[in-house]
Amino acid sequence: MTAAIMTTTTIIMRVPMPDAFLIHAALAGVGLMLAAGPLGAFVVWRRMAYMGDATAHAALLGVALALLSDLPVALGTALVALAVASLVTVLSSRDRAADTILGVLAHSALAIGLVAISFAPQVRSDLSAFLFGDILTVSLADLAWIWGGAAIVLGLLAWRWNALLTATVNEELAQAAGLDPRRERFVLTVALALVVAVAIKIVGALLISAMLIVPAAAARSFARTPEGMALIAVLIGCASVLAGLWGSFTYDTPAGPSIVTAAAALFAFSLAKGRRAR
Amino acid sequence: MWRPWAFAPPAAGCPMPLIEAQGLGVRRGSHDILRGVNFRIAGGEIVTVLGPNGSGKSTLIRALIGLEPGSSGAVTRKPGLRIGYVPQRLHVDAALPMTVRRFLSLPRPVSDAVAAEALGRTGVAGLERRQVSALSGGQLQRVLLARALLSAPEILILDEPTQGLDQPGEAAFYKLLEEVRAETGAAVLMVSHDLHVVMRASDRVICLNGHVCCEGTPEIVSAAPEYRALFGMGTGGALALYRHMHDHDHVHDGCDHDHDHHHHEGADA
Repeated sequence: MTAAIMTTTTIIMRVPMPDAFLIHAALAGVGLMLAAGPLGAFVVWRRMAYMGDATAHAALLGVALALLSDLPVALGTALVALAVASLVTVLSSRDRAADTILGVLAHSALAIGLVAISFAPQVRSDLSAFLFGDILTVSLADLAWIWGGAAIVLGLLAWRWNALLTATVNEELAQAAGLDPRRERFVLTVALALVVAVAIKIVGALLISAMLIVPAAAARSFARTPEGMALIAVLIGCASVLAGLWGSFTYDTPAGPSIVTAAAALFAFSLAKGRRAR
Repeated sequence: MWRPWAFAPPAAGCPMPLIEAQGLGVRRGSHDILRGVNFRIAGGEIVTVLGPNGSGKSTLIRALIGLEPGSSGAVTRKPGLRIGYVPQRLHVDAALPMTVRRFLSLPRPVSDAVAAEALGRTGVAGLERRQVSALSGGQLQRVLLARALLSAPEILILDEPTQGLDQPGEAAFYKLLEEVRAETGAAVLMVSHDLHVVMRASDRVICLNGHVCCEGTPEIVSAAPEYRALFGMGTGGALALYRHMHDHDHVHDGCDHDHDHHHHEGADA
């Protein structure tokens, strides 16, 4: 089987009937990127990288709380991510010095999550799955959750697209046009929490914000409009997922980090290719 | 208090003010930014709010638009008033790719023809495919004005519209505003922190420093003692420039402006 993979370049072209777990993994990654591409563009435009970090790290706390209280993990993750994202939104909209507070929050959330998870013995042995994801064990139920979450996020972003963009360009301009920038911020907060809850299974708490930021940043060099950048971010993200999975399968490397490595390589390539300064 | 300049005639033929403020006060924390401001602007008027930094000009504008709640007094806007707003600063981050054409369709989509017409109107035709973050200061102001015109506004509100422009650019921009007013009949309310050529384009000037110090036609305000106290003698050169460009047959109204006069002669020579 390994020989068959090594003779080809991509999973898609590989064989007519690839293994189910690989198909699941590819579908999960592509589903995530459908939502993470456009949302990641907003994270880059609005300089919300730290906010993404804080929310993603808090997801670990969500996992711990869900396991300790027998709630579904996805639900617990989504709720805690939403709570932290809301807290961060409130803090970061006050003033620009929030950068430090966000840095504090992002890393404390991770530490507290790790401490909390140590109280859930059944996870202790499997901690790396939550830190770095476990895309190769995605089940059909996981897929339904991933695609459902991604569809909600995409729907939210599509519904508010022009308002979100206007508020991103200039909040006063949005206000003068009768929009409420606070509402648009909240839309992004909810979308971020959902993407985090979806992504933790795929790339893990530590690398979620990479899947938001790296494809979008790579897309910048090739885009002339916001829509173009969101679309190219999706494409680069999907390419990273497939290339990462292929690499993981071929060289027996961890899948989540391999996907992010592929994204980082594409980003480096975009820097070399893109003439425009980012 | 007797203030003769308070009775400067508003634009005739429009009894209903577009925006009116009565006793408006804005307080932030324990600090009064504005207090007891009475203001009105009627259709077709060009009104400039002048004041030093920190005098509450931008706050007044924001309160009039409804972006900032007042803590006392009242602001009344004509029902359904269409406002075209040009913000003080528009910094489009280089991380956000945005063509001028796309920008004009925010938040409401407009057709290519309408977008091209608006750009043509403000003297920046053909910029559609340029990136907003790569525009010069003057181009950006004109694009912002074009965008503000898309909603067929009854009033244009501009917060320090010529920041970062050189003086010819500034003069050209005010001329453009006058043309737009003449064509569309839209009132214009703008903010400036200094004189320069802004007065030339204004029907009425309001001098602000937490409260309304003085108001009236540009000539009246520039001669008012309150105005001089606020801006000091440092504006002599700007006054001279204003007079020079504005009106060579300017009738001196008996106020003390030897200094200005001196510059005036110099400029004419």
